Amino acid sequence: MRAARSLRQPGLYIGAAGVVSFVAAWYLLTEFFTLPRFSKLPGPVAVWSEFTSRTPTFGTSVFTPDYWKHAGWSVWRVAQAFFWATILGVPLGLFMGWKKVVHDYAFPVLELLRPIPGLAWVPLAILLFTGFASREAPIIFLAFLPAFFATTLNTMLGVASIDDNYFRAAACLGSKPRHVFLRIVLPGALPYIFTGLQISAGVAWFSLVAAEMISGEYGLGFLIWDSYVLSQFPVIVIAMVSLGIIGYLFSAAIRLTGRFLMRWTTQGVM
Amino acid sequence: MATGALGIHGVSKVYDPDGARVLAVDNCTLDIAAGEFCVVVGPSGCGKTTLLNAAAGFHDITAGEITLDGRVICSPRHTQPPGAERIVVFQNGALFPWMTVQDNVAYGPVVQGKLSNAEARRQGDELLRELGLAGVGDRYPADLSSGMRRRVEIARALINDPKVLLLDEPFRAMDALTKGVAQEFLLQAYDRMPKTVFFITHDLEEALFLADRVVVMTTRPCRVKEILTVDFERPRSFRVRASRRYLELKTAVFDAVHEEATRAFEAGERELA
Repeated sequence: MRAARSLRQPGLYIGAAGVVSFVAAWYLLTEFFTLPRFSKLPGPVAVWSEFTSRTPTFGTSVFTPDYWKHAGWSVWRVAQAFFWATILGVPLGLFMGWKKVVHDYAFPVLELLRPIPGLAWVPLAILLFTGFASREAPIIFLAFLPAFFATTLNTMLGVASIDDNYFRAAACLGSKPRHVFLRIVLPGALPYIFTGLQISAGVAWFSLVAAEMISGEYGLGFLIWDSYVLSQFPVIVIAMVSLGIIGYLFSAAIRLTGRFLMRWTTQGVM
Repeated sequence: MATGALGIHGVSKVYDPDGARVLAVDNCTLDIAAGEFCVVVGPSGCGKTTLLNAAAGFHDITAGEITLDGRVICSPRHTQPPGAERIVVFQNGALFPWMTVQDNVAYGPVVQGKLSNAEARRQGDELLRELGLAGVGDRYPADLSSGMRRRVEIARALINDPKVLLLDEPFRAMDALTKGVAQEFLLQAYDRMPKTVFFITHDLEEALFLADRVVVMTTRPCRVKEILTVDFERPRSFRVRASRRYLELKTAVFDAVHEEATRAFEAGERELA
């Protein structure tokens, strides 16, 4: 139903036209006119033929196991970072929004840590996870941190957004604290929680790629940096395009989950 | 049926006692008998809602006491937390939008551990049917009209068998036709299971149609100005609105309210000047 309806909306076609224009401009700049500044950049034709080649010049295409290994590692790392950010961030945010004393304890700390750029954590992340899981844990940790902040703070705002009358009505109807938490605070905050999860997934990918560039043996971020060092320029763009597509799929999965859990809103969250 | 007498004795409420000292309610006394439908009217912002919120247990009072069947439920020293014996229906509605109609209605008895989920749903469906809402149980509040939402909210209150219903302008945002229907459903429900009702409104016609007594409040600070007994028989039909007695009562209540409204208006002018 939704799909059939969206086929009739002009937005879909305008969006497609935007993508086509972008690729066309990219093609004209890099491969047709080969303007000076763009002459070293791989063009769409070069990237596409490499990406779909059974025998890629630089050894990375959809037919090589290497490509899937890099993509798989990145997805697995982001999934872990996102999982921990959600599992820890949502409950913390709910309690911060619900109980003033939790807010007063935790908010200043979060607000002091949040502005610190993810990359500034790199040395500490490496020191923190020496020995035990020393290869993977620092990378996941760096992706986890900003995701955790985004989830926690949005969840907290979600609780604050709940109309006071719902709490009053719940009190009138004889709720115990656990009912207020599970049946008012949690569902009431869901729209904001899912906004937070979208942002969280975005920043997790963002930091993951940076972390993989610095340390890592696999992953799309590693692939980008490695290809740059080895002058395999089309591979850089292959990895970038892959990041775009995977990020979009992540976002869509979160959005669909949100829609399913929030059937009570007449229009979706975002 | 003999329970639910609400006593308001010498109640005062000062907001911000250390600062601006806004006197919202001043030495207000009103006894509402068990099972009485009492409608309170008065100018906007006069402190009626303050009184209702104190009776509900949402905040304390500065002087006096509020009793339920002789037991103090609100005084300067003690405010009994809100509970299912005094249920509020709010001005803007407070159905939980994330629960279906059925879950909303069943919520009270289930969280209080009084009924099993299945039994609460069964009783809820019955109440909804009586309120003319059969078949909407699995819809979400957002899918209903404002008139239906109000009835669901009243069902959600009634299922708990409260001693007192506290209604704060529940039909305020409705058009005249929807309002008329909602009032009739409320009266039907009241005739079937009389509760003590504390009902706030600005609408004098609504007050006369519903009430056993109409209490006219003064402009801020809130005090009882006049009490009119509305002696129409129950069950009432909308036809009482065409009777001569209705016109007499309407004139009386209109005079009383108009005087206060004028004072409130002039006070507003002074504040602005």
